[in-house]
Amino acid sequence: MRDIFDSTIERFFLDTVDTEQVLLAEKEGWHTALWTSLDELGFALAMSPEEKGGAGATWSDLCGVARLTGSFSLPLPLCESIFANWLLGQGGLDPLSGPLTVAAKSDLKSTSGAVSGVLKDVPWGRFAGHIVAVMPEENLQRLVVFSSEQIKSLEPSDNIAGEARDTLTFEDATPFLTAVLPVQLPANIVQLGGAMLRSAQIAGALHKAMTISHEYAAERVQFGRPIGSFQAIQHQLAQMAEHVAASVIAAEAAFARSADELDLLAISAAKICTSEAAGVGASIAHAVHGAIGFTHEHQLHLLTRRLWSWRSEFGSETYWAKQLGEAVCKKGASEFWPAVTAGYFDTFQTETSQ
Amino acid sequence: MSGEAFSDADSAGVFMSIEQFEYSSIPADAEALRSEVRAFLQQELADFPAIKRADSWIGFDAEFSRKLGKRGWVGMALPKEYGGSEASAFARYVVIEELLAAGAPVSAHWFSDRQSGPLLLKFGTEKQKQFHLPAICRGEQYFCIGMSEPNSGSDLASIKSRAVRQGDKWIVNGQKVWTTNAHLSHYMIALVRTSEGEKRQQGLSQVIIDLKSPGVTIRPIKDLTGGAHFNEVFFDNVELDNDAIIGTEGDGWSQVTAELALERSGPERFLSSMTLLNSLIAMVGAHPDTLQAKEIGRLTAKLITLRNMSLSVTQQLSEGKSPVWAASCVKAFGATFEQEIPELAQALCDVSPASVGSNEHAQVLAYLMQMAPSFSLRGGTREILRGIIARGLGAQ
Repeated sequence: MRDIFDSTIERFFLDTVDTEQVLLAEKEGWHTALWTSLDELGFALAMSPEEKGGAGATWSDLCGVARLTGSFSLPLPLCESIFANWLLGQGGLDPLSGPLTVAAKSDLKSTSGAVSGVLKDVPWGRFAGHIVAVMPEENLQRLVVFSSEQIKSLEPSDNIAGEARDTLTFEDATPFLTAVLPVQLPANIVQLGGAMLRSAQIAGALHKAMTISHEYAAERVQFGRPIGSFQAIQHQLAQMAEHVAASVIAAEAAFARSADELDLLAISAAKICTSEAAGVGASIAHAVHGAIGFTHEHQLHLLTRRLWSWRSEFGSETYWAKQLGEAVCKKGASEFWPAVTAGYFDTFQTETSQ
Repeated sequence: MSGEAFSDADSAGVFMSIEQFEYSSIPADAEALRSEVRAFLQQELADFPAIKRADSWIGFDAEFSRKLGKRGWVGMALPKEYGGSEASAFARYVVIEELLAAGAPVSAHWFSDRQSGPLLLKFGTEKQKQFHLPAICRGEQYFCIGMSEPNSGSDLASIKSRAVRQGDKWIVNGQKVWTTNAHLSHYMIALVRTSEGEKRQQGLSQVIIDLKSPGVTIRPIKDLTGGAHFNEVFFDNVELDNDAIIGTEGDGWSQVTAELALERSGPERFLSSMTLLNSLIAMVGAHPDTLQAKEIGRLTAKLITLRNMSLSVTQQLSEGKSPVWAASCVKAFGATFEQEIPELAQALCDVSPASVGSNEHAQVLAYLMQMAPSFSLRGGTREILRGIIARGLGAQ
């Protein structure tokens, strides 16, 4: 399934998502025509069962798709829509048609069925048809789905890539849908899934930034030879390649190990490594490109502005590293290596974020 | 250093791409070995102090290697007819990563297990295989790797040591340097010049030299810690039998290149500071401050990711590929990680490194702080690896 997914979405992106279209989306905030044609491919339903019109895919089938949304700077909530429909499925609900989004930062509370609260940093919040969040109730997690008409007030905010990251307030709203989530899902399931998706998007964006940096270094001539023939440039590109390789394998591991349930350790490792790589890689890509890469005209900033944004989203390197480090220390030195090889720290508990 | 190629053994035609980093996990049958290895190590190393464990894979203990041999854990991927157990690449991986994580003294058999055994299996004559492989698998026969010379470090193709045919013998003259364990090994596999080719890389051959032969002189070189793991080795008209050549005469360069994926992708490329990482976690205790928690979490994430990179290369090796480019990424990234650990350990705790006295953590820190520079020198310097990685991008 993975090969077909990857080749289908790559072909679509090659045909439709170029620098001009991404810049247009950034300027307008939303690219309706692009969403419409992307939606026709049906990827938002990829993880829904076949009888619901989906493809019954698992996360391991979708790492390539997420990486490609990163490498093409897709200015649309495809990853968010896939994830939202996966959450709906976890709650036993049918998938919805997109665009959908998810909210990790939520303080929703219910008073006799009416839900109030604030959702922060909601990706594409003002453009999504439905918004999916999780609300803790006594001994359970309730999935809450709002439709966009239910938003009481909206405080718009954009990340540095011009992607909407809005604050949405709901007041005594009767959710469009709700469902009880299975007990084994952690309280921070939205944060966790979002971190997994962003780690793959970062890996994709970094890979592309490395490829165009290498190509530029092979073409740009100074002192009578391509700058890529200078060791100073080669070593920077190599350092970037090390981080790209680490990012790709970390994201792949996170998706592969999340086939049954989202793997906290693998996902946090991926978000930590990719978020660190984002800074290193963006810096090297700009160094190699020189002044041209600093212009609005050049495509590099489409990637680097996303790298600088995505590394913060759904938990920064520090956010995840601090929690993982606390778990490691609590587990103790003698159990450290056994936990690494088992891929599991029982001291690593998820925390909700707000 | 570590008697390993520092070299720019170049990667012409080497398969490379970021896409070769596919996620691979250890199969259940290989994973099943882990508890047995752990139980063995717990017993064998019960009284083995942290400062000895910090030696990692340069710690030498022939008796320990023989015990591993009895268990079938040396040369374990080699065919049964030569004393191996035909174990999978992943089974071997489980064994060696457990040995390294525990800081077991594995250096006696390390080079034979990692590269001399596989090299002989691939290129050796039947006689060479019959003679060497069973003894390697018993943990009794140790090889060192003769690559660098006084004027040939990173630029390995410029080596001057030479073997000249004389009747039915080869006569070797020249000098090797930075040869780890030469003083403790039975044989050296040396890269020497046997003829002149159009290119410098032609006319090189790998030969097996019995280190007890007349004309071989071995002098230890003290490293900056005062330890003596590596040596200079002189050859003065050393006589080798006609069949001392491994593989094809004049093909040494391509054979050495083929070994690089084996020697650059294993867990020894990121576990050298493992004893210090453990010691740091113990020193910090169950209640780290924010800075300590963050950095220990970050190191853990790196360790998990490096292990996945290394396992991905292992999968490729087990499919018969030669992923030299990917292995270079593992080694370069891994060395940075190994070197970061002493830096962070010193920064995160108010414990000064101590060569004598203080406490065990301070001594492990002092030792690895001093060893760390070698991690990005041995087995190919960071600069050479980055050259290979950058050129690999060019072929994309």
